[in-house]
Amino acid sequence: MSRSVRSSYEYIEAWGMNSGHHGRVLRPRSVEEVQAAFGLARERGVSLGLRGGGNSYGDASLNRDGLVLEITGLDRLLDFDESTGIANAEAGLRIADLWRAIVPRGYWPRVVSGTMFPTLAGAAAMNIHGKNNFAVGTLGDAILEFDIVLPSSELVTASRSQNPELFHAAIGGFGMLGVFTRIQLETKRVHSGDLEVTAIANHDLAEMMAYFEAHTATSDYLVGWVDCFARGDALGRGLIHDARYLEPGEDRDPRATLTLRHQELPPNFFGVVPKGEMWRALRLFNHDLGMRLMNAVKYQAGRLESMGEPHRQAHAAFAFLLDYVPNWKWAYGRDAERGLIQYQIFLPKETALATYTEVLERCHSAGRVPYLGVFKRHRPDPFWLTHALDGWSFALDFKVTPRSRAALWKHCHELAEVVLAAGGRFYFAKDSVVTPDHVRRMFPADKLEAFLALKREVDPETILATDLWRRAFAPLADSMPSA
Amino acid sequence: METTSTERPESGPRPPVLSGVPADRRRAIVVGASSGIGRALVRRLAGEGYAVAALARRGDALEALREECREDLERAGGRMIVRAHDVVNTGEVPELFAELVEELGGLDLILYVAAVMPAIGPTEYDTEKDLTMLSVNVGGCIAWCNPAATLFTTQRFGTIVGVSSIAGDRGRKGNPVYGTTKAAMNTYLEALRNRLSEVGAHVTTIKPGFVDTAMTAGMENPLWMISADDAAKQILSAARRRVNTKYVPWKWRVVGTVIRSIPSAIFRHLNV
Repeated sequence: MSRSVRSSYEYIEAWGMNSGHHGRVLRPRSVEEVQAAFGLARERGVSLGLRGGGNSYGDASLNRDGLVLEITGLDRLLDFDESTGIANAEAGLRIADLWRAIVPRGYWPRVVSGTMFPTLAGAAAMNIHGKNNFAVGTLGDAILEFDIVLPSSELVTASRSQNPELFHAAIGGFGMLGVFTRIQLETKRVHSGDLEVTAIANHDLAEMMAYFEAHTATSDYLVGWVDCFARGDALGRGLIHDARYLEPGEDRDPRATLTLRHQELPPNFFGVVPKGEMWRALRLFNHDLGMRLMNAVKYQAGRLESMGEPHRQAHAAFAFLLDYVPNWKWAYGRDAERGLIQYQIFLPKETALATYTEVLERCHSAGRVPYLGVFKRHRPDPFWLTHALDGWSFALDFKVTPRSRAALWKHCHELAEVVLAAGGRFYFAKDSVVTPDHVRRMFPADKLEAFLALKREVDPETILATDLWRRAFAPLADSMPSA
Repeated sequence: METTSTERPESGPRPPVLSGVPADRRRAIVVGASSGIGRALVRRLAGEGYAVAALARRGDALEALREECREDLERAGGRMIVRAHDVVNTGEVPELFAELVEELGGLDLILYVAAVMPAIGPTEYDTEKDLTMLSVNVGGCIAWCNPAATLFTTQRFGTIVGVSSIAGDRGRKGNPVYGTTKAAMNTYLEALRNRLSEVGAHVTTIKPGFVDTAMTAGMENPLWMISADDAAKQILSAARRRVNTKYVPWKWRVVGTVIRSIPSAIFRHLNV
């Protein structure tokens, strides 16, 4: 392997541990090394898969047939304008490092995921959303401009006015058009390091949706947790967290809350249990009965919480729920191909309630109840392959074992028929199961065709490929009439 | 579903595998395989049906070893890859490591056995000899264990075995830098063990006493001398039981414990 680009031989794994392979990971440290990586792939006659923080639940950043380029070596915040809140960063910068750099200056990223470890490049490629998607859109909506290295090794700048097609296709283009090397994005001025958070218990799904709809105009963040084990009248019962930014003056001492010290998650639970070992405790409950119990306890605890007054919580503590327990996924098992998949269903608002109800009912009758369910509200955006629509998403975590795998996939494919018939979509940062047929049915035909045509134009040899591409897109690209 | 296990016929006895490793996976790399303990380890692994990669500076010795193991490999369903490699060429290790793991179909176990111990006179200070020991015994160990640690961390299983020595327990007059290299290995391997324990992978430090090999050939009446095959047997057993530090044979643990507790002012007058 070339001496110029750092590389190592690793087990490259889906975040959900449901898939993985051995292979070479390249970690370029400059734009020139990114360009060299394309040369290397060509020289070896193999494809190049792109990886950021490795936080996609499924196979979006795996490439078992070639090399993997991990962008984490380009991780400098190049510039931050304190008057406008515009950040300009190398694309391998992690969200964790972005918020840590800007919080003391009175800003918070406009869009963050539930974990802080994705890179900007990965987040842009997936066009991630947060608990405020309904209010501010996806990450793509906050991006002003980016630099991208195309498979030809050409470095191109794109924005809404410059190369707008590439701008709208590469954001959400799951790394199939080029390597983001620089991203310029807007962040949000905040007047406190805290949010005001209200907890509301809801008895069923309709109640949760009604609460969201009544508050999308006034809330800054809305997220619902659902106890998927509840059935019948209680189907969809759960807990809503509704948060808003504080107005100037509400926080009497913003200098104290806008500090890293105030934001950081606690290192221990109850002051004593080291976080790094918590997954072992969770593992004891990682079966249907245990998770039924944990969900029920959480719901009852949520009801108690919802009787309390609104409380203040640091941005990081509210945003990065998934980071509270490091490696909590190991509760699902640490052996290869044991883990979880997340099945996140996006539905237009018209069909959402009936379809989610049917999905949960089907999970119960199939005996495959998700261990975690998370509910969010979304809005459409202009990116070609966006998952976001004027409607809802419901993210379901299913346990995977080598034994259950085939049956779980079948279950998900059955659910997919229900979802697609209702005008739904899936999201590649989470997905492990969709097929080319699903892809063809979930996107507007003109958008999908335009994307595949652009892919062919910028990457005629299909240098950029991942396991996800081969699973869900390659047959569609191959069957496209040639231009 | 896909697995990365190597395909091989089901025959012969099925000895215990490394703890935490699926039963059908037995893939190992032995660095320093042409003689002594390394050679004995390769022969044992071959007899157990491993897919084993044997590396050493001398390619002809490896070919002879392969010939010696041929019957065992056939009987147990193992296979052997040999590569001539000088561990001082650390630059070629990452790619060689990747190629070997690909050829083996994965990796569960790596044993670093390569070491040199040139004769050093009682008043001799030969920097060239000393730095050669440093680069073979320590540099090579780091160059091979680092990529293994990366792989084992990401795959969350695997065992690294470093063959150090009782010579690393104290700074003896006889061969100052040989002892230094083994002390460096001990600390390095302990640090790797502490890192890898977070993901369930393991590192075993081996401290052999006197083993009947070329290295001990000139010694007069070495204490508790054992054969290289005995040493190999005990080393593999310790790795499988996830022992942290193993004296080979075990009697040296008693000696080592005593010797490590002798005050320096007294130790310098002793010849132990």
